[in-house]
Amino acid sequence: MSVHIHDYPGVPLKDRDIGDGRVLTTEWHVKAQYAWDTGAALSKFFRGLKEGKIYGRWCPGCDRVMVPPRMFCEWCFRPTVRWVEVGDTGRVNTFSVSYVNWDASRSAVPRVPAVVELDGASPGMGIMHLLGGVGDTLEEILGRVKVGMPVQAVWKPPAERQGAITDILYFAPRPGGEE
Amino acid sequence: MGYQNRVAVVGAGLTRFMRRAQETGKELCFEAARMALDAAGLRPRDVEAVVMATAPDVFDGVHMKGEYLADGAGGFRKPYMRSFVGGGSGVFAAIHGWYHVASGHFDTVLVVAEEKMSSCLPHPQAAFNGIYDQFLERPLGVNLLWIFALEMNRYMQVHKIPQETIALVSAKNKKNGLDHPCAQDGIPGDYTVEEIVGSEVMVWPVTRLMVSPVTDAAAAMVMVSERVAKRITDKPVWVKGVGWHLDSSYWTNRDLYYPKYVEYAARMAYDMAGITDPRREIDVVEAYDPFAYKELHHMEGLLLCDKGEAPRLLDKGVTQRNGELPVCPSGGLLGVGNPIAAAGLMKVAEIFWQLRGEAGARQVSRPVRTGLAQAWGDLMQVGTVVVLGV
Ligand SMILES: [Zn+2]
Repeated sequence: MSVHIHDYPGVPLKDRDIGDGRVLTTEWHVKAQYAWDTGAALSKFFRGLKEGKIYGRWCPGCDRVMVPPRMFCEWCFRPTVRWVEVGDTGRVNTFSVSYVNWDASRSAVPRVPAVVELDGASPGMGIMHLLGGVGDTLEEILGRVKVGMPVQAVWKPPAERQGAITDILYFAPRPGGEE
Repeated sequence: MGYQNRVAVVGAGLTRFMRRAQETGKELCFEAARMALDAAGLRPRDVEAVVMATAPDVFDGVHMKGEYLADGAGGFRKPYMRSFVGGGSGVFAAIHGWYHVASGHFDTVLVVAEEKMSSCLPHPQAAFNGIYDQFLERPLGVNLLWIFALEMNRYMQVHKIPQETIALVSAKNKKNGLDHPCAQDGIPGDYTVEEIVGSEVMVWPVTRLMVSPVTDAAAAMVMVSERVAKRITDKPVWVKGVGWHLDSSYWTNRDLYYPKYVEYAARMAYDMAGITDPRREIDVVEAYDPFAYKELHHMEGLLLCDKGEAPRLLDKGVTQRNGELPVCPSGGLLGVGNPIAAAGLMKVAEIFWQLRGEAGARQVSRPVRTGLAQAWGDLMQVGTVVVLGV
């Protein structure tokens, strides 16, 4: 009936409609706090990070070493059975260059999120993290970072680690890792 | 798959798409629902059940907003159900509408989809970050755009697609949107590839003109059994197939270059519709396009071309409104706006209007008998597909 309709409902507002008080608004501020228990798999994973180690979990059904680790395999739908220490080196699966902060505000210096496939995990098993030491401008970053590039974790000093994903500061290009 | 009733779409309604609507969510629902009923020539009391699609409660700041919106959607004292799979919700709601009627439970069902994103301050993007894993991803300061930018770059790398080619999706859809009477102010337009690639970098390779906006709007559709359809219309549009599919939420463990879950959803819908060669049998497509690359990604997942081939079809003009396989003739999310759930249902409504020959300035050049609407969402893991035909 699209063609038969000439007047679609809805009144778009402009900022000044609210500013001038022509439209009334009511505000509500939510303050919600949560504390999540890290569970069976990630507790071990985070304790490992504190010691500078990255743990995956092996499934005998599909023979995958999975990172992030889980106590069950979603493919085989059976328990995973063994912890496997994987490397803190790997390759960039994909990356981007972010000028937008978590709350949609702009950041002057970009950050470089990436999916990194860790050595020792099964192919395709990536984790999301940040790349660092790859430049401060889009041109520099695009000039230095390539998909497939070898990288290595840069860790927080042991005393500052908290058992969190941020115990790895970022992944940096691996010296001599070019192929 | 066995079912009791054939199901027809007999009317659709849409509000204007707006950055910030004066109307409340309930009021938007009411307007769209009433328009759909008027279009179908039905009264509210003819409606036996209502399906509602609306995305995260955090946008409206109203917990259980499906219930909050029910009165505006005509759900008062009726069997009422909310459909929710993130961005896939609008098309998922049409699938639920189909089920309600196909099962034989109901003859006349109203499907309503609403989003009021403007309520969330300063920007709904912050509310979106809750989709990321709270242990592994949120501590890194994630932003909703990251996952799309990472996926887009993976797609570009695997198939060696230049950013300029992907920008052609924005150029096409934003131009198509100029003909849509509901398009959001400032969203459609005539843009060159240079302007699109050169617009503000959000999260490279995504620039501002390659991402859809924040929008308030509602859409609605009436779905009926064959018995009712024959009584009230000479131009029923039939639901030929429905499909949906979910992939793992471990998104960093999947290869993002190809949406396998969209393929499985499409195969399910094609099987039901008896479609064996979608490239020949589908005449018009509303693929989900919240980001420019997603339209190409989804064309491939929908088996409308080979993997990595969608950019070539785009480049050759095949997917233009006057092309052999028009994609997003409405203007899509990039050209009309993106009120999440309502955008998905708008796509189903567009196929309905195209198949009735009632899309006005948006009507595609080629004759159309079969069309497809698709949406996608959750943590980049759900595909929802509806095939309509006359
Ligand atoms: Zn397994």
